[in-house]
Amino acid sequence: MKIGLLLGLVATSALAADPIVVGSKKFTESYVLGGIAKTVLERAGFAVQERAGMGGTIILWQALSGGQIDVYPEYTGTIDEEILKTKEPLSHEEMRTALEKFGVGMSTDLGFNNTYALVMRRTEAAKLGIQTISDLRRHPELKVGLTHEFLDRQDGWRPLATTYGLTMPNVSGIDHALGYAALARGAIDLKDAYSTDAKIQENDLVVLRDDRHFFPEYKAVFLYRLTIDPRAITALNHFGRIDEAKMISLNAAAERTKDYAFAASLYFHPTASDSAPRRDLWPKMARWTARHLQLAGISLLLSVLIGLPLGIVASRGGALGQTILAIVAMIQTIPSLALLALLVPVPFLGISATTAIVALLLYGLLPIVRNTATGLQDISPALRDSAIALGLEPGARLRKIYLPLASRTILAGIKTSAVISIGTATLAALIGAGGLGEPILSGLNLNDHTTILEGAIPAALLALLVQGLFDLLDRFLIPRGLRLGS
Amino acid sequence: MVSLVQLIGVSKKFGGASALQPTDLAFQSGLTTALIGPSGCGKSTLLRLIIALLQPDSGQVLFDGAEVNDANAQEIRRRVGYVIQEGGLFPHLTARANVLLMSRHLGHPAAEMKARLEELCALSQFPRDALERYPAELSGGQRQRVSLMRALMLAPEVLLLDEPLGALDPLVRSALQRDLKEIFARLKQTAVLVTHDMGEAAYLADEIVLMNEGRIVQRGSAADLRDHPANEFVSEFINAQRSVAF
Repeated sequence: MKIGLLLGLVATSALAADPIVVGSKKFTESYVLGGIAKTVLERAGFAVQERAGMGGTIILWQALSGGQIDVYPEYTGTIDEEILKTKEPLSHEEMRTALEKFGVGMSTDLGFNNTYALVMRRTEAAKLGIQTISDLRRHPELKVGLTHEFLDRQDGWRPLATTYGLTMPNVSGIDHALGYAALARGAIDLKDAYSTDAKIQENDLVVLRDDRHFFPEYKAVFLYRLTIDPRAITALNHFGRIDEAKMISLNAAAERTKDYAFAASLYFHPTASDSAPRRDLWPKMARWTARHLQLAGISLLLSVLIGLPLGIVASRGGALGQTILAIVAMIQTIPSLALLALLVPVPFLGISATTAIVALLLYGLLPIVRNTATGLQDISPALRDSAIALGLEPGARLRKIYLPLASRTILAGIKTSAVISIGTATLAALIGAGGLGEPILSGLNLNDHTTILEGAIPAALLALLVQGLFDLLDRFLIPRGLRLGS
Repeated sequence: MVSLVQLIGVSKKFGGASALQPTDLAFQSGLTTALIGPSGCGKSTLLRLIIALLQPDSGQVLFDGAEVNDANAQEIRRRVGYVIQEGGLFPHLTARANVLLMSRHLGHPAAEMKARLEELCALSQFPRDALERYPAELSGGQRQRVSLMRALMLAPEVLLLDEPLGALDPLVRSALQRDLKEIFARLKQTAVLVTHDMGEAAYLADEIVLMNEGRIVQRGSAADLRDHPANEFVSEFINAQRSVAF
């Protein structure tokens, strides 16, 4: 009895020890599947940390194989083409063997295929008795509107028409979003789509079955590190299935409510009401803002701690001083996105808040280093001579005389650095570090301006607030004697 | 007689131009010496060499018999007071903090510092209630008095003054000249004063050293220079300042 209790305790504490990190890509379906994986693992008793919308395939795969995340949703077609880069499509078993070399496992397929598909109005399909692509052969009169990409692709319309022997004379190119509107109006009857696109449900469309298996398979699976707890792997393989219709409705819920976690929860509680999806706006915004301040604050502090000594050395001029200023200025010219991308492969950084902080602190250096150097160089020779002639040691001269004299310029540099930091910290969300960039990114992703503003407005207000705070700080930190003359 | 400060064959160049030709000079203790001459004659350079703001290209600067070098420069500077034109006061410190800067840095007892400050205020005729003001809140004359107090705070063995009154208007200037003369006499202060004003030199100094183009041209009392000029330059320099009544 006692031993059993003890074992139970050990097991629980082991489960609670290291959270399983679940990542997802930067599009609606991946967010939702990430949310489902999170709930599945939590229900199996694991602590889970979610890194939603980290980026594209390459970033997620690197993060998984590098061990920064433990699980993320992927598609078999993508594993073939972008990860393993095989010439011929592999069977699922062949894929598992190939992935094992990277220490990565692949779950059973989740139950749906997100591939190219042809869609038409449900009513029209029912009237004409069309269920499969082969059925289209009997209706060459249908007007076809395809995205330009699908028209041009090697595995697009032309080979499809050849495979199925389709002979529609009326085929035109049309933008994806406009195509749905044209389909709804009846201007076209048939278009290409992704098979789990939320628009299919929204517009009451039907997906025609690919009865000759023309389209490559993009079966959804979870990829996971083989080192995670076997019980977690079991949970990911046996939580149930998600069919196309279900996934479409979850995607539709996500786009309608702009709340991915809510959409994921619909999988477990299909009846839950989504009437108040924005109920958590304020706490969420507070969380984003707190995280944002944390990222910007830590990086600013580090910028000051590193930038001040560098500025002092740079103020002495010479080859070393010139080199410092040149390097710091060069960092500033790297676009922030590129800097993040450059830092991700660095050992110990990867996809993490640390990387975001390192990038931010590098960006914050220039104003601090340059202003410290300039402020110190601008001290008049008479005052320098006085400090030396009094007999102060070099360290005391710096501390008691030079730095206070340069304080106004140095503080102006720190202020600039702080404002830059607040602005640039929005990019931290790109590598899953959170902050106010999170709503901005998902808003961009959903083409939803309200969500973008939920991040953009607080970020702008923060920048103003920080500016004001520093103006106030000037009064305490700049010696009164220096403020008299100006 | 042992001189506290002695220069032996000291020279200094800036770039290619010679600021000070090899020069020998010793200053007598307890007396005020004025270094005078036209702009660029090397008088300020000489002063800056004494306090190790400059290092000589050749020769030796001796302080109390020891050569001034990197190792003892700090200690020697604390035994020397230095006042420059416009005071060189630190704008971020009050008058009091400027004066007490070094004493506080060296950790002198508070009571001792307070007593010394009182003494200096009285000596230099500086109003005690102005001690809390910042340099920007003081007049030019007051700033020079604070600068003088700062230089005298550690009771230096030598006081160096580099055109201390150069930027003041005539009335303030003459009041300060009177006070300086009294202070030097009262403290029996060894002092070296750089000036380009013959009247000021004659009024304040026991001995005048006239310099031109990096060389000492003549040494002596004001009367010596006037009555027995060593060469054409000396008489020209003195006649140029003919308004001076000495």
